[in-house]
Amino acid sequence: MSPRSRAKAAGPGPRLDVDALLDDPSVRVVVCCGSGGVGKTTVAAALALRAAERGRRAVVLTIDPARRLAQSLGLSELDNTPRPVDGVRTTGEGSLDAMMLDMKRTFDEVVEAHATPEKAEQMLANPFYQALSSSFAGTQEYMAMEKLGQLRAVTDPDGRERWDLIVVDTPPSRSALDFLDAPERLGSFLDGRLIRLLLAPAKAGGRAYVRVLSSIAGGVTGVMNRILGAQVLTDVQTFVAAFDTMFGGFRERAQHTYALLAGEGTAFVVVAAPEGDAVREAGFFVDRLQAEGMPLAGVVVNRMTTSTEAALDSDRTLEVADQAPPGTRQVLWVHARRVRRLEAEREVAARLTRLHPPVPTVVAPARPLDVTDLESLRGVGDDLSTGPAVSPRTTTP
Amino acid sequence: MRSVPDLLDPRVRLHVVTGKGGTGKTTVAAALGLALARRGRRVLLMEVEGRQGLARLFDVDPLGYAPTPLVRLGDGELLGLAVDAKAALLEYLDVFYHLGRAGRTLDRIGAVDFATTIAPGLRDVLLTGKVYDAVRTRQGSRRGDTPYEYDHVVLDAPPTGRIGNFLNVNAVGAGLAKVGPIHTQAVSVMKVLRSQTTRVHLVSLLEDMPVQETTDAVTELRDLGLPLGSLVLNQVRPPLLDADMLTLATEQRWDVAALAEDLTSLGVGGRHPRSRAEGLLEEVRDHALRVEREGELRERLLALDLPTVELPQLPAGRGGLDDSGVHELADELA
Repeated sequence: MSPRSRAKAAGPGPRLDVDALLDDPSVRVVVCCGSGGVGKTTVAAALALRAAERGRRAVVLTIDPARRLAQSLGLSELDNTPRPVDGVRTTGEGSLDAMMLDMKRTFDEVVEAHATPEKAEQMLANPFYQALSSSFAGTQEYMAMEKLGQLRAVTDPDGRERWDLIVVDTPPSRSALDFLDAPERLGSFLDGRLIRLLLAPAKAGGRAYVRVLSSIAGGVTGVMNRILGAQVLTDVQTFVAAFDTMFGGFRERAQHTYALLAGEGTAFVVVAAPEGDAVREAGFFVDRLQAEGMPLAGVVVNRMTTSTEAALDSDRTLEVADQAPPGTRQVLWVHARRVRRLEAEREVAARLTRLHPPVPTVVAPARPLDVTDLESLRGVGDDLSTGPAVSPRTTTP
Repeated sequence: MRSVPDLLDPRVRLHVVTGKGGTGKTTVAAALGLALARRGRRVLLMEVEGRQGLARLFDVDPLGYAPTPLVRLGDGELLGLAVDAKAALLEYLDVFYHLGRAGRTLDRIGAVDFATTIAPGLRDVLLTGKVYDAVRTRQGSRRGDTPYEYDHVVLDAPPTGRIGNFLNVNAVGAGLAKVGPIHTQAVSVMKVLRSQTTRVHLVSLLEDMPVQETTDAVTELRDLGLPLGSLVLNQVRPPLLDADMLTLATEQRWDVAALAEDLTSLGVGGRHPRSRAEGLLEEVRDHALRVEREGELRERLLALDLPTVELPQLPAGRGGLDDSGVHELADELA
């Protein structure tokens, strides 16, 4: 059977059961990923709130929340510390904390934790370090993983883990894949061949190959100096030298976190909006997670237009609107626009049902207004738990 | 709102188009390029984020490092180019140091990756450098009196969250690399970006997050002394309800029975006209809430005090635009 005919024959795909996911005690980390602008942060916050209200000790790590969403979680400042969220209707042991990631501060903390106070001070003052820790594309992803590792290690006085569920929002990026690639990129840079070459003149020992290497490095260094200006390279070399104690550690740490993400306690939730680009990105991400054996829970199609009267289609509605009295005509226009949008979104979302192997999906309806308080966040959680799976295309091409 | 002074001003040579992801900045950049080309101008459309959004929009093969003709209209022409930081660095090495083969060796040992992805801001320095080159390139090989190669360069720029860093990288870079060709170039690039021949346009939707980001970006760009251009409100939907209906909707003072009756007599009442009427009125209420919110957001954007142009939402909806949509939007801009 060809993939095409199989797709045609398929009924609705499996449904992502959000409550089963959140209630599963073996799930310790939920990673929400997807391309920018699909409502990842909202979904992450809604999942964490729902988990807390179902008895989990949850924390949500947000990266760059919309101001009003952050306020609804009581996050008025970006201070890198989890804080309890007010107004959560917890059951049993449930609790909810929330934090916003401060990438530079997290990086600083890593440095401070691994170097002597003098060395740490030296490094924090290094211009190259400052640029790397605040602007390198990839640092945010790396630091989100670093923070995730830290949160997992926090314990209560009685030795029990402080949180039994960590929900992670991923940094806004063009491509959802960046989240998986960035830490490795940063790690391999910091541990990379080039950095070692640059470093070689400083530590050239007696062995012949080292001398050869360092003469190559001298050449490279010369060119880089000319391109970048000598100061930049000196800063890099100082940085790397100061980093010596932690060296090799970064890549290792990145790999360790990656392994953690691939492990049993993690579930990836891919968030998409019913738009061409977002669905395409979600498809790439699903393929990638499956190719690498990462634990994929399913895809949330967020902010889907809905209508209880979808049976009255847009063409028919516009047709009769012409003969309707003015008030009724306007009502019909509103309906026609909504259903037309819904029809277009269904077409786009249906592509997700043609993924192989089939991926569990759930549809969350669009809300007339943005999510800016705990009550509407709770509403999103309800929608996620009761929403249907994406339905395959009903019309034949 | 028909006249769009700086969008079509012949003296503006560099149009930087930014906006939050998902607001349609690539489409708007393309429509602007097309509108300028229709005025008989030679226009270069550049993208710098490796997304190949322009190729998708115009349905051509992925764009490369050399300008590719996209549309030819009488005297006017629209060309497209995707700038790649790595290629740009190799080009610099070649131009400044004649490092043809040695440059490739550097590439092999990872120095080029290093320089383009890691060295603070160098990537953006290279990308803005290429934009700068395109703006000042003149026809023929000789500098000086010949006309510019492109009358206008339209840049599909990084999103609002990154635009300040991206455009200002040369100010920072000039400080970081204190000597060398990069320093020299950084100073010249900043001069062009801050000049009156450059405009930074912002694309927004009437939604909370894009409006917030637009407001933030305007503050940031003003602080950096970069020349702001127009505000493009994209995907604006025409009003469906008149003022009376809006009030009724907000106050929920309906005559459900009358609507149900109308639906029945129009033949679309279905099996339960009353519940259908209720369902439809629920949708009208959602719509009215949205319209009210859009009104507030529009006020906030107007308070930014920038020339504003509104572009309609096209039937294809988001993500499904092709170049016929771009042509339609170019009509709106012209």
